[in-house]
Amino acid sequence: MVRTADVVVIGGGIHGCSTALHLALRGLKPILIEKDYAGRHASGVNAGGVRQLARDLQEIPLSISSMDIWECIEALVGDDCGFEAHGTVLVAESEAELAGFRERVDDLNLRGFGHEELIDAAELRRLVPAVSDRCPGGVVSRRDGAADPFRTTQAFRRRAVEKGAEVVEGVTVTGLFRSGANWRVETSAGVFEAPKVVNAAGAWADRIAAMLGEPVPLAVVAPMLMVTSRLPAFIKPVVILRGRKLSFKQLGNGTVVIGGGHLATPWRDSNETVLDWQKLAVSARTVWELFPAMHAATVVRAWAGIEAYMPDGIPVVGRSSTSEGVFHQFGFSTHGFQLGPGTGAVMAELVATGSTNTPIDGLGIERFLKK
Amino acid sequence: MTAAADLASSYELVVIGGGPAGLAAASLAARAGVSTALFDENPGVGGQIYRAITSTPVKDRAVLGEDYWDGAALADEAKASGALIVNGATVWSLDRQRLVGVSIGGKARVIEAGRVIIATGSQERPFPIPGWTLPGVMTVGAAQTVLKAQGLVVCERTVLAGSGPLLWLLAAQTLRAGGKIDAILDTTPRRNWLQAAVHLPDFALSPYFAKGLALLREVRARVPVHRVDRIEAVGADRVREVVFSSAGGTRRLPVDLLLLHQGVVPNVNLANAAGVTHVWNDRQLCFVPVLDADFGSSVPGIAVAGDGAGIAGGTAAAERGRIAAIAAVRALKPDAVVPDTQAIRQRLQREEMGRAFLDWLNRPADGFRMPEGETIACRCEEVTAQQVRETARMGCEGPNQMKAFLRCGMGPCQGRLCGLTVTELIAEERKATPDEVGYYRLRPPVKPITLAELASLPISEAERKAVER
Repeated sequence: MVRTADVVVIGGGIHGCSTALHLALRGLKPILIEKDYAGRHASGVNAGGVRQLARDLQEIPLSISSMDIWECIEALVGDDCGFEAHGTVLVAESEAELAGFRERVDDLNLRGFGHEELIDAAELRRLVPAVSDRCPGGVVSRRDGAADPFRTTQAFRRRAVEKGAEVVEGVTVTGLFRSGANWRVETSAGVFEAPKVVNAAGAWADRIAAMLGEPVPLAVVAPMLMVTSRLPAFIKPVVILRGRKLSFKQLGNGTVVIGGGHLATPWRDSNETVLDWQKLAVSARTVWELFPAMHAATVVRAWAGIEAYMPDGIPVVGRSSTSEGVFHQFGFSTHGFQLGPGTGAVMAELVATGSTNTPIDGLGIERFLKK
Repeated sequence: MTAAADLASSYELVVIGGGPAGLAAASLAARAGVSTALFDENPGVGGQIYRAITSTPVKDRAVLGEDYWDGAALADEAKASGALIVNGATVWSLDRQRLVGVSIGGKARVIEAGRVIIATGSQERPFPIPGWTLPGVMTVGAAQTVLKAQGLVVCERTVLAGSGPLLWLLAAQTLRAGGKIDAILDTTPRRNWLQAAVHLPDFALSPYFAKGLALLREVRARVPVHRVDRIEAVGADRVREVVFSSAGGTRRLPVDLLLLHQGVVPNVNLANAAGVTHVWNDRQLCFVPVLDADFGSSVPGIAVAGDGAGIAGGTAAAERGRIAAIAAVRALKPDAVVPDTQAIRQRLQREEMGRAFLDWLNRPADGFRMPEGETIACRCEEVTAQQVRETARMGCEGPNQMKAFLRCGMGPCQGRLCGLTVTELIAEERKATPDEVGYYRLRPPVKPITLAELASLPISEAERKAVER
């Protein structure tokens, strides 16, 4: 039996779930196909950072439209998603680094973006009293924050279903073919047909793109995270570094999540990751130097989620270059969680109306195709 | 004392756990010329069954029983074998590339292993009854640890509750050491006898038959035994009384110490984190690793011996350790001389005879494994059985999804004390099998390590350069 819909969304991460929800809100009938379960990979196990700070210029519009949604996320999905906004602070570890940050903020201001704000040592100390004395300042994005990633992805999934989307889990897409006016999506559990398809398959999205004759140089990566036992509250904002790899946040329950992009070895066919303790030790030493309060902390758990990284570090969002009716939404390169709500809305607009007012010109898949 | 800095960067064989399986495996491999390191978390070898075998202050051999002292021979043999035996060594990570993360005296190292034998044994099955988290409620295993290691015996008003051989053994050991037990609440469901009886002939031939009967007689002669189907620990600040009921009605006993036990299950955390495939064993009501005839797991080069491979007891554990070690030696040094496995397999078979009887007889009742209402399921995060059941009914399909909703299994114990309970509760609510529901995907470190320990890992040359940009 062939099942039909208006749109087939491939991938049940935050992006696929958000797109499915926004499609349903526009009155379309999406079927979302997920090979494991929604939020099983990067969307469910990332660091939860909701950050506009330090983004590539090409994705700032998506980031800003996402932030508008994050700030009223409960109204959209019926769950506050654990979102709390205490800002993100990029800490400068030297005067030279701070000078570089100043250039960036000036440049953003000239382009009309005001969300990044340079701060001096005094303001840094006010925002992050626990940080080491030798840091001369930094940049803050005050609307930023953090949320619970799995809960968020599940909330989008749940609300999408409530609004009429169908979510099919544990089913793998095996083929994608044109069939008259429709796309025929062959899976491990039968055939689905729809005039439109969205490829939001994360670390597996290159396989979908390859079915369309659009091979993309997607790297499969697995950024590592670790979490400590509970500590007395000592830090509100999310802290990130530029020179060394670190992201650092204390959750409401007192545990501290330490990440920053050191990579595990991913095995995408068996959904496994093998951690690299040498690199986690580097993270531990960085934390040790920046936050004396962490010296007594205990590491309770470490993990990594499998996701896609593009050669230029920014995602693929837009139409397929070969296949009318197919759209890509993948390759968020270890910073896609915050972008999920807004990109889903933009994608739904693009799918439903054929265009979007949000500038996404620099994110097309064409940039990877050999001329 | 071996320090972290004294360790080589690699060993041909790393054995994890110094109980009977680990000791036997390490001795055999080292004697065959394999460079072998055995890491054991405790101050001395012996594991749980032979805990403190080299140091116990209990000198009267009758107190702990002759079987306990078998451990001394294993420990001596391992010491003489040339294996490097490191106590106070906590293994906190193992992966499919056979990198072993270990901490000794606050310093961490990652060691490469040609082969790994996991011999981390068993742990007591969770026993989630109302009030089980009150001070004064302990496990039988914990009480036995104190007896073996410190020679201490309970002298307050004490009640033992549950089922399984260890419960009766501790009762006997306590009485022999001069302790007193007010009552034993036997939770063995009467109908278990129906399933167990079929296997009685095999059990009658096993060495455990006569020993078991003698133990029961010894304890029953001195302690009142009540058969019960419900137990509750009651008290505001600590346990004050135990309330129990059976077909005959409800009774209460004042108590200072309530010791719980309903059998042991494989300690799966390290193997699970290493990616070893596990399946549900319905007879033993627990997850066990999928293993070949040599105890090799689904991950190449990693074997699981001892009770971690499925509960079979201490003597069987040693034989399993030998079989796993022979396989490791053959893979590492094909020309080495090793004992014939046939004889070992026969001894193992004899030990395992009668296991079916014990398993069926001691299968804990549903009500003691799958609690209701406000009874705590996850101690670390204080999650109740009701919350788990409601979340499962809401659509949550497995323990890993449950973590995000309730944080169960995300505390320092990483699900050791709630994993089976949560899996079975979800399975019951969703009318699925425990295999379908699955178990927590465990994440290293499987034992918590401090940030300082992690930071103490030696820096590699590549990273030194990266940092010194």
